[in-house]
Amino acid sequence: MPTLDDYKGQTPAWCPGCGNFGILKAFKEAFVELGIEPHEFTIVSGIGQSSKFPHYVRCNTFNGLHGRTLPVATGVRLANHEMLVLAVAGDGDCYGEGGNHLMHAIRRNISVKLFVHDNQIYGLTKGQASPTSMEGMVTKNQPFGVLSEQLNPMVMAIALDCSFVARGYAGDQEHLKGLIKEAVNHKGFSIVDILQPCVTFNNVNTYAWYGQRVYHIESDYNPEDRMKAFQKALEWGERIPIGIIYKNNRPTFEERVPVIKDTPLVSQSFGLNILRAITEEISREFY
Amino acid sequence: MVGQEVFLEYSIKIGGEAGQGIQTIGDTLARVFSRSGYHVFTHQDYESRIRGGHNFYQIRLSDKPAAASRDRIDILVALDRESILFHERELTDSGIAIYDSSTLNETHEKPQFLDIPFKELAIKSGGDRIMANTVATGAVLGMLGLDTEILFEILKDTLKKKGEDVLKANKKAAIAGHGFVIKNCLQCSFSIIPISKPKMLVGVNEAIGLGAIGSGCKFYSAYPMTPSTGIMLYIAGKAKEYGIIVEQAEDEIAAINMALGASFAGVRSMTGSSGGGFALMVEGLSLAAMTETPIVIALAQRPAPATGFPTRTEQADLLFALHAGHGEFPRVIFAPGTPEQALYLTNKAFDISQKYQIPVFILTDQYLADSQWTVEGIDLERLVYNDYRIRGDELKKLSEYKRHAFTENGISPFAVPGDSRHLVVTDSDEHDEEGHITEDGLIRMKMVNKRLFKKLPFIKGEISSPYLYGNSSPDIVITGWGSTYGVMKETVDALSKNEKIAMLHFSEVYPLSSIDKFDYLNILGRAKMTICVENNATGQFAQLIRAETGYEFHRRINRYDGRPFTLEAFLGELNAHVG
Repeated sequence: MPTLDDYKGQTPAWCPGCGNFGILKAFKEAFVELGIEPHEFTIVSGIGQSSKFPHYVRCNTFNGLHGRTLPVATGVRLANHEMLVLAVAGDGDCYGEGGNHLMHAIRRNISVKLFVHDNQIYGLTKGQASPTSMEGMVTKNQPFGVLSEQLNPMVMAIALDCSFVARGYAGDQEHLKGLIKEAVNHKGFSIVDILQPCVTFNNVNTYAWYGQRVYHIESDYNPEDRMKAFQKALEWGERIPIGIIYKNNRPTFEERVPVIKDTPLVSQSFGLNILRAITEEISREFY
Repeated sequence: MVGQEVFLEYSIKIGGEAGQGIQTIGDTLARVFSRSGYHVFTHQDYESRIRGGHNFYQIRLSDKPAAASRDRIDILVALDRESILFHERELTDSGIAIYDSSTLNETHEKPQFLDIPFKELAIKSGGDRIMANTVATGAVLGMLGLDTEILFEILKDTLKKKGEDVLKANKKAAIAGHGFVIKNCLQCSFSIIPISKPKMLVGVNEAIGLGAIGSGCKFYSAYPMTPSTGIMLYIAGKAKEYGIIVEQAEDEIAAINMALGASFAGVRSMTGSSGGGFALMVEGLSLAAMTETPIVIALAQRPAPATGFPTRTEQADLLFALHAGHGEFPRVIFAPGTPEQALYLTNKAFDISQKYQIPVFILTDQYLADSQWTVEGIDLERLVYNDYRIRGDELKKLSEYKRHAFTENGISPFAVPGDSRHLVVTDSDEHDEEGHITEDGLIRMKMVNKRLFKKLPFIKGEISSPYLYGNSSPDIVITGWGSTYGVMKETVDALSKNEKIAMLHFSEVYPLSSIDKFDYLNILGRAKMTICVENNATGQFAQLIRAETGYEFHRRINRYDGRPFTLEAFLGELNAHVG
């Protein structure tokens, strides 16, 4: 069984007090409790402070381009659907640059577990608005305040009938750990939007701000009721729900691809002779 | 000039609106001829629309190898008025146009026109008007004096799913067209008979698809874009049988990133597009380079900028493919000129891409991608497959594993994540040997040296010499790359009696092959007239040769009207230079 030591990666380059630390801690504890070893999963990340995450975890890692986590993760998962595949991205990465990919990953229902470190600001580029920045927030780049409506990723995911939709909070690690475990164990595409204070650039959505607002979704809440889920997901402002907002049992993409029913692509072996025989067999059709 | 030698050769053009079934007639006739043992070359010209407009399908059959289309045609199948308006003048002296006056609502009294009631004969045969195409196909065979036996075999294959009644009616329709012509085409002077055993008829997109499957490609993700879509469709058609995942991505950015994800996970992967779609893939190309993830990219060119001429042809993305991607990294570009080259070079693309963990391009264009050629057969011995991954026990027994380890030849061990307890880590950021982000300048330099300088000489060593065809110490050298192969080769054939002429064709265009293997610069240097032939405006290959070798061609022939070079037109243009 793995221990926390097995997950000791590189030293994080995050700011002291960064919400990412809480997420990292919850993640490692969740994986130790799940009994998953570092070589048994792959994290695909993009670009942003959050995307340095896999370097600090110790695992198979593809730290790709800004916004492109989900296509890479989809490719990894299709090549080897016995491998647990996670995607880690920030709000700018996943909701801005990679918005199109998110929509289609949800549609496919590829079994990738997406964790969005949502700090409602661009940290790496030093403090511009992100798609989830609240309307009116003033930054150096938005001197008149954010004019666009704040994206609600939870409502969007439910609208696309996403298979698992949850929100966590970096300041509530015990609760977050549970969500991570639920997401990993869920069959299908999972999105966990993690509210994450940015101590350097976001002085609106602070630990104190979130602390006054987040609450655990009631224990009698039924996350399989889609209409109720829309209502729950729309809550924002004075009270912000965290927990599993919506889930369903849609069949996964991998289940519906017949050629990998028995064996993952990467385990389907062949050699030169087989390939020559295939070429000859197909080439007969040209006569 | 062409035609001086006596050999049997005819060109047939089927013209009409999109949706009229030109391709069905063309494909069927081409197959009848290849099965009859003839050499066949086909090419298509179509507009960017689903119905209407004017399109054509041209077939050349010959008892000698055919590698390009002719400007003169012997039989014109006119399914619309435009076919006659645009192509009547292309008819040879003995050429004949067939049409259905009831469809075109016009009658032509000239002796080279034959009015055949395609529609009426189709309905009389027990079918509907769509079977007029089968009547026309039968009629063409009748004009050529070829019987309908091979056509019936083909109909049996293609109509398998439609049931016995449909097949019967189609056979009847073919006989009706065939019989009508035998009775009424007194001016038909053509005559062909089956001459040898059937030949293979292969399209270039199909050859690339087959080459990929035969190289162990297990993952193809792309976004549809003319003229590259045929590759995806071909592989998708074989996906179930041969265990391949073909995923239509939401955009080209996703397409290349998915392919890279699959490749990272240990599966041979490919993507394809045309210029505009590839433009979106460019950051992914750079990602492939930085993460040293193998990928094969088919880039089927069409005229640009922007949407350009979506269904037409051009060779104007060579320098784009060469320079695409931010940063400095190695790449290989192949540009096949025939289906055989397309097949073997796709195979080589996979091998080199896996061996050196680099991106490899297969550059075609619409003319070539949509063309079909007869092929004598596939030499299976030429296909290679080497598994360059470390797997199984070999990986497990390593005491440590570093995905980007520094090595003598710059190639780091490629392990499959999950295969062992060793972690496979890579990063689009500059990284250390393990694959973790680094800010260290020295490591950066060592990584650049590893990825680029150490690999380059080995990669260059893999590249085959250009193909010199014709005179071995020529006065005139026509040089080109990719799709101009056919027209250049036939030009050499046509002129070699009177001129010391040769073709120098590059199908492995970048990096250029070493002159130690074959000193093509010496051949060029000694020639009196060297001409670089390109289907683009600025002579991109000539620029590449100059940049890489300092050699400047004496002349350039460029065509950039979106149409391919045809034999007579090219000979005319060449004459203007050679005199």
